[in-house]
Amino acid sequence: MMKSLAYGTALGALIAGSAMAQDIEVKLGVLNDRSGVYADLSGEGSVVAARMAVEDFKASDKGLKVEIISADHQNKPDIGSNIARQWYDEEGVNAILDVPTSSVALAVADITAEKNGVLINSGAGSTALTREQCRATTIHWTYDTAALANGTGGAMTNSGGKKWFFLTADYAFGHSLEENTAKVVEENGGEVVGTVNVPFPAQDFSSFLLQAQGSGADVIGLANAGGDTVNAIKQASEFGITQAGQKLAALLFFVTDVHALGAQTAQGLSLTEAFYWDQNDATRAWSKRFFDTHGSQPTMVQAGVYSGTLAYLAAVEALGSADDGKALVAKIKEMEIEDPLFGTVKVRGDGRAVHDMYLFQVKSPDESTGEWDLYNQISSINGDDAFLPMLDECDFTKM
Amino acid sequence: MKRRRGTFRMFELLGIPPQVLLGQLLLGLINGSFYAVLSLGLAVIFGLLNIINFAHGALYMMGAFVAWMLLHYLGIGYWPALILAPLITGAFGILLERTMLSRLYHLDHLYGLLLTFGLALIIQGLFRNYYGISGLPYQIPDLLSGGNNLGFMFLPNYRAWVVVASAIVCLATWFIIEKTRLGAYLRAATENPVLVGAFGINVPLLIMLTYGFGVALAGFAGVLAAPIYSVNPNMGADMIIVVFAVVVIGGMGSIMGAILTGYVLGLVEGLTRVFYPEGSAVVIFVIMAIVLLIKPEGLFGKAA
Repeated sequence: MMKSLAYGTALGALIAGSAMAQDIEVKLGVLNDRSGVYADLSGEGSVVAARMAVEDFKASDKGLKVEIISADHQNKPDIGSNIARQWYDEEGVNAILDVPTSSVALAVADITAEKNGVLINSGAGSTALTREQCRATTIHWTYDTAALANGTGGAMTNSGGKKWFFLTADYAFGHSLEENTAKVVEENGGEVVGTVNVPFPAQDFSSFLLQAQGSGADVIGLANAGGDTVNAIKQASEFGITQAGQKLAALLFFVTDVHALGAQTAQGLSLTEAFYWDQNDATRAWSKRFFDTHGSQPTMVQAGVYSGTLAYLAAVEALGSADDGKALVAKIKEMEIEDPLFGTVKVRGDGRAVHDMYLFQVKSPDESTGEWDLYNQISSINGDDAFLPMLDECDFTKM
Repeated sequence: MKRRRGTFRMFELLGIPPQVLLGQLLLGLINGSFYAVLSLGLAVIFGLLNIINFAHGALYMMGAFVAWMLLHYLGIGYWPALILAPLITGAFGILLERTMLSRLYHLDHLYGLLLTFGLALIIQGLFRNYYGISGLPYQIPDLLSGGNNLGFMFLPNYRAWVVVASAIVCLATWFIIEKTRLGAYLRAATENPVLVGAFGINVPLLIMLTYGFGVALAGFAGVLAAPIYSVNPNMGADMIIVVFAVVVIGGMGSIMGAILTGYVLGLVEGLTRVFYPEGSAVVIFVIMAIVLLIKPEGLFGKAA
């Protein structure tokens, strides 16, 4: 008798539960580079991070039925746009996550605004996402080139690196990164003694490094990314440039890149990131779970996908629907977010997520206790100082 | 201060102080070494097999990865890898030749090109799938770390070794093909395989080993490159187009042409990096276009 009663109660709970679960259906699309240069820093790892967010949010207990799909945009705006359109029109996707490569991100931001979806961008660096091309449906979560320039450029100039020489990847991204950083250097009393535009992509940097060495600069700023930066650093170490006292500043560099170089070659390098796996107990615990699934430590981009997804799901729960992208983004902008990975996060009216950034220095092989034990934290940069101030015309909370 | 400015003015005609120029020429020579070894492999394969081996870049990448795998999984260091990695890559090349390429010899060049291009994409894709895109660390061997200050520049010991090693390999290859009996058989076998076979020489074996050797050269260049360039699945794709241009400029199939053009174009590229860095990625292709207009068979090629 008791037993059948218990069954009955359980059954009742189950029915109630499944009835609730049918209430809100949410479909998330992780759109990033799954085969090219950014595949390691975003790629499948970002999908893993999004799944972890759904799990940790206990979405199914809260009546949210969340499905995650993913696709490769191959770093091409036309391919990215097509996928985004198809996702919104045919697949019923509510929000698009990650989207590295600025040109693709900007295209997807426009489509998202048109379809009243949500774009939570973690992978792209362009400040235009929250400035020249700001949209009411865009949130830019993790970093942008201005924050990186502020972090690395400001800190290195203040610690005595007054004369800078730039090795700039000769395309739009490289030039804007150089321009951002040069501005910060000059504001902090430094000067730019020379620049060389390096064709992209490049294998051999020795000629350019020798020119930088001859310039007598204190700091060699690497306004490039990925394999180019790896090659430049590898060769700077080989040619005794870092050993002779000139410092290298990698202006866009991720923990997976440092891992690719190894501590022996990368030691002493300064860089800015929003997240590092070994910062505190919460980041370590989360990263361990990530590592067990994915086989490498998370980058800040992947961590940003996790945190952005958490915030998004909270907004869906609060509004009880995932249909109105504009309303969801407005809701996220109202929230006080205490994130397990990023700490206190405030999403501003323009969609810029403001949180602390950190200046790291790569450990020497003697200090490093493992393959992924790579950074010492030098300082933390307050979010309000790290990111550019908001443009009035982009403050969607006042419209 | 005044004197320094005067010295600079002296060289303003050249636009650059001579010690910087010397340094850049030396760097050009080092890059030229890679071009020379890679284009030599291509030239051997094209000259003797008539195959345009588009998989050459992927096989160069494989050489670097095999060196990394030997170190990472088996603890085998750089020096043994310098012999082992080319052998392993060469053996893989032989496998490709036996199972696929050998079926295409009687067809147009285009089929070999398409097959090897497809193979290159597959090999790169497989490595990307298993090892990611960021690349893997490979250190310079202890014996060659450090360097010497030459007065005009700091020359890392490893780079000096690259120049020496590649020069030895290039000259040895040229010697074997142009000056020995084995080389004579090879050249004869490509001229007239039926006749050479009638003399009791195993022509298919000769061809198979030649392809294996050409591929081993690519693997060798890969091991040489591993400590200084990023070891990643795309490293060959970035290199192969330039190397093809080198072969075209030198003259398809000319062994000495491929070697000399490799070194000379390395130098030209090095100089461009000083005078007009933005143009350094295209200068080789500009030269290629000019050569094709004036002497379509290439600088060292025999007129058809």
